[in-house]
Amino acid sequence: MTDLTASQVQSTDAVRARSRFPVHIAVFLAPAVAIYTLFSIYPLIDTIRLSLYAGDETGLRSFVGLQNFRTLLADPNWSGQFWNALRNNLIFFAIHMVVQNGIGLGLAMLLSLPRLTGGSVYRTLIFLPTMLSVVIIGFIWQLILNPLWGIAPSLLDAVGLRSLFGPWLGQESTALLTVSLISVWQFVGIPMMLIYAALLNIPDDLLDAATVDGAGPFSVFWFVRLPLILPTLGVVSILTFVANFNAFDLIYAIKGALAGPNFSTDILGTFFYRTFFGFQLQVGSPTMGAAVATAMLVIILIGVLIYLFGVQRRLQRHTF
Amino acid sequence: MGPTVRGTTARPGRIAVHIALILYTILALGPILLILVNAFKTRRAIFADPLGLPNGQTFTTIGFDRVFANADFGLYFFNSMTVTLVSLVLIVLIGAMAAWALTEYRFPGNTLLSLYLAIGIMVPIRLGSVSILRMMVELNLVNTLTALILVYVAQGLPLAILILGEFIQQIPKDLRDAARCDGVSEYRIFFSIILPLISPAIATVAVFTMVPVWNDLWFPLILAPGDGKQTITLGVQQFIGQYVTDWNAVLASLTLAIAPVLVLYLVFSRYLVRGLTAGAVK
Repeated sequence: MTDLTASQVQSTDAVRARSRFPVHIAVFLAPAVAIYTLFSIYPLIDTIRLSLYAGDETGLRSFVGLQNFRTLLADPNWSGQFWNALRNNLIFFAIHMVVQNGIGLGLAMLLSLPRLTGGSVYRTLIFLPTMLSVVIIGFIWQLILNPLWGIAPSLLDAVGLRSLFGPWLGQESTALLTVSLISVWQFVGIPMMLIYAALLNIPDDLLDAATVDGAGPFSVFWFVRLPLILPTLGVVSILTFVANFNAFDLIYAIKGALAGPNFSTDILGTFFYRTFFGFQLQVGSPTMGAAVATAMLVIILIGVLIYLFGVQRRLQRHTF
Repeated sequence: MGPTVRGTTARPGRIAVHIALILYTILALGPILLILVNAFKTRRAIFADPLGLPNGQTFTTIGFDRVFANADFGLYFFNSMTVTLVSLVLIVLIGAMAAWALTEYRFPGNTLLSLYLAIGIMVPIRLGSVSILRMMVELNLVNTLTALILVYVAQGLPLAILILGEFIQQIPKDLRDAARCDGVSEYRIFFSIILPLISPAIATVAVFTMVPVWNDLWFPLILAPGDGKQTITLGVQQFIGQYVTDWNAVLASLTLAIAPVLVLYLVFSRYLVRGLTAGAVK
């Protein structure tokens, strides 16, 4: 906005001669820039600023520099929880990358087969869970996996796997995996759709040429289609990354803010919520909450930068 | 296409492909159907025969009666509707105006401003919650739908501007140039020529914007958790937290939350699929 007004002052005549530039452009842009700046960018910057302060009981804030981050990363009262949440979040992300995006890729491959009957019906139905609220999905699976209802064990019984059943959501060793898989189940439609669209974009001549040259279905996939959809896989990965490191709703719905059992499903989103609002005996702290949010912001930015400057650049050079 | 090459060789594999897709579809829909079916059964039938359809003996709506008696789902639904629709209208209108300005006019700082507006696509606004809450407290907007709408508009704008901008670029230049020759103002060019032309893209933006807003738990939980301003997602979450052992009521409340989305999705899925696969079918 500033260089807009500056140029207006500097060369009003020149601008007017070229076009009727400033006023209407400013009018078109102002509402979006104002709301976006006020309720999105300003809060993010203000959160970073707040993370450098500490508040006491009276509500007075004082500047403490990076002290909050030192507390977060090294104070035994905090660091254990932070590293635990970060580790769980990485596992959560890894499961999504492998299982969600793997299944998504597989389904997209099947759906993009030429002249598949009912393709759009499958697509629509498989995408359906993605549309529902994460909260609703969380409760649905909580009921299904509830040993009281007994649906899960009797279904496993039908395929002879009853012995595998356990209170998966309640055990420390399996809770995180179970929650991750519920999330995978819900969101598999997104990579499926994006990869499907990318596969449709591949010109048929390329595939035909490869087939005529004697390439089998596997070689066509590995040497022709996969390299051509790598940019889309990059997009899918970064979307998964941002969504996972920002996740909260599912864990909160299934496990509550304490992310039990014994914090085994705690991820950065739930840790942020607890730090900010407090839980049980601990009082919430806006400044420590801001520090956790800033740490999450840094993690997400690192991921985005790796994608933009590492992955995306290389992929584009590779394909075009 | 190479019908002779792939059409004939693929035949035997086709059945296997369909079996795989059908199995996955069952896995995707089964859990949801299970909830919908059991919501209409007696408690005894829910446990004795969870997979069976309700019949004359087991059919009941007692769960729904209890939900309506104990929670104001009508109000929550109305709140969600209001927040979603007002946000949507604002996002589309304001977003289209900005997208138009950024794609149509060359001016200093254009690229920089586009990049600035794109930050929100990758950086989740949630991380600014501490400050957003402080701000809403100062503005006296806690427990109001206005607070939610402002945040959701800020959250939805970046993606809307991106999608609408790409769409506006595809509109032929002749129309607006002709209008300009006739001396039509830039405002009228936008509101009476461009805005009607981008309605297909608006449908895509609508789907991408409405779903996250309707389903969100975080901001309702932080900004409007009480005073009858709960959205349906938060309302269900609070209700189930209280009535966790009442299976009929829990299943009924889940069904009430699922049903409207299900209906809307099946009606509008074309737009969504088209949006997600935009540019794929040429």
